[in-house]
Amino acid sequence: MWGKEMIIMLAEGTADTLYMTLMSTLFGYVLGLPMGILLAVTDKEGIRPNRLIYKVLDFVANLVRSIPFLILLILVIPLTKAIVGKSYGSSATVVPLVIAAAPFIARMVESSLKEVDRGVIEAAISMGAGNFQIIWKVMLAEARTSLLVGVTIAVGTILGYSAMAGVVGGGGLGDIAIRYGYYRYQTDVMLVTIIILVALVQILQGLGMLLSKKMDKRRV
Amino acid sequence: MVQKEKLLEIHHLHKDYGNGPVLKDISLDVHKGEVVVLIGPSGCGKSTFLRCMNGLEQIQSGEILLDGNVITDNKTKWSDVRQKIGMVFQSYELFPHMTVIDNILLGPLKVQKKDKKEAEKEAKELLGRVGLLDKKDAFPRQLSGGQKQRVAIVRALIMRPEILLFDEVTAALDPEMVREVLDVMLELAKAGSTMVIVTHEMQFARAVADRIVFLDGGEIVEMDAPEKFFTQPKTDRARRFLNTFTFKKKEG
Repeated sequence: MWGKEMIIMLAEGTADTLYMTLMSTLFGYVLGLPMGILLAVTDKEGIRPNRLIYKVLDFVANLVRSIPFLILLILVIPLTKAIVGKSYGSSATVVPLVIAAAPFIARMVESSLKEVDRGVIEAAISMGAGNFQIIWKVMLAEARTSLLVGVTIAVGTILGYSAMAGVVGGGGLGDIAIRYGYYRYQTDVMLVTIIILVALVQILQGLGMLLSKKMDKRRV
Repeated sequence: MVQKEKLLEIHHLHKDYGNGPVLKDISLDVHKGEVVVLIGPSGCGKSTFLRCMNGLEQIQSGEILLDGNVITDNKTKWSDVRQKIGMVFQSYELFPHMTVIDNILLGPLKVQKKDKKEAEKEAKELLGRVGLLDKKDAFPRQLSGGQKQRVAIVRALIMRPEILLFDEVTAALDPEMVREVLDVMLELAKAGSTMVIVTHEMQFARAVADRIVFLDGGEIVEMDAPEKFFTQPKTDRARRFLNTFTFKKKEG
């Protein structure tokens, strides 16, 4: 059973998983980064407090995060069909993954930005910097280490979620693990997919941490 | 003495955080080229007062004028005003992920959109003046407290502000580093910079000030030339405050 076909299948599964994870992380940040910035900026301790915007975003983030991913996966099928054209396969899985990841990413971005020392922000304010300059040049620049750690966590989490998509025929390693390990009782295949998943998470995590350490100028 | 033009005018300023007044009916004029030193016990409101001058704190009533223009109404473009009012903080507040030169250039390049070459030249000149040219590519973590504070002063100076605010800039420094920062400030005073300084260094206050403003309980209690204030204070409160800085010799 460990013929060429199986190896090709596992290789394709790995590629699918990576594709889903990286695409979802990318689009997750396209939505989550601005949302996180807005949350940090409009908070009452932020540089431009706005109770209404903060409350709305806060509610949306909590709402989406309280829906279990498995249910979200099914719930957004109409939307997935509208965007991707079909409700199964790797690309179709990206849609619910992005929706689930964006609020989570927004929260991480928010907390990274709130770690930036208030005094440093005041220093920028006192030299006449505008809100956009403060966000780009000070908040995002100073929080970059923490933001990158956030990216690493997001990638790991999304990778885990992507495996769940196997339940609805989402493709990738999770799909293989469920089809072979669960439906066909081929435990060895499942074990191999798990090993690949663990290896992927370790590599991505290691890369992220290495990069964030390199970018940290605060320590010797 | 010739009456110099008023640079900063503060009329009947009130500040309240919501649980009682912090500053009560404060009025003060700062003239061009003048060095005003604010002193007073901890919690008297002197730092808050300083922070009101560049809008880091909102005021409840009263008004502040810079160059004769009101800067405390709704039309105020604070980002423009703040470029004219430089501020140096107690804990330096350098950007930790930027080199010394990048810290200094952020304002002129990003806020004032100055030419990079010119700004760099000026930054190097100013760094040379405070004796830190060799540190231009260092990160803040590699500097001592005194060096960080001198960089922070350069960062404020390069904006060419009309007035400089110093908020207890030596309070976080080890004693042997206080001097190097105060020397820079004395240089600036000699060069005719307009400055408002909050400090606990009484000797320095006496040396650098044209006028001492003594605050207590959120109001100006006394205002005088340094020699007069330190040798013959008019009020009991000022006398008591000054006494906390002198020690009686142990008898025995």
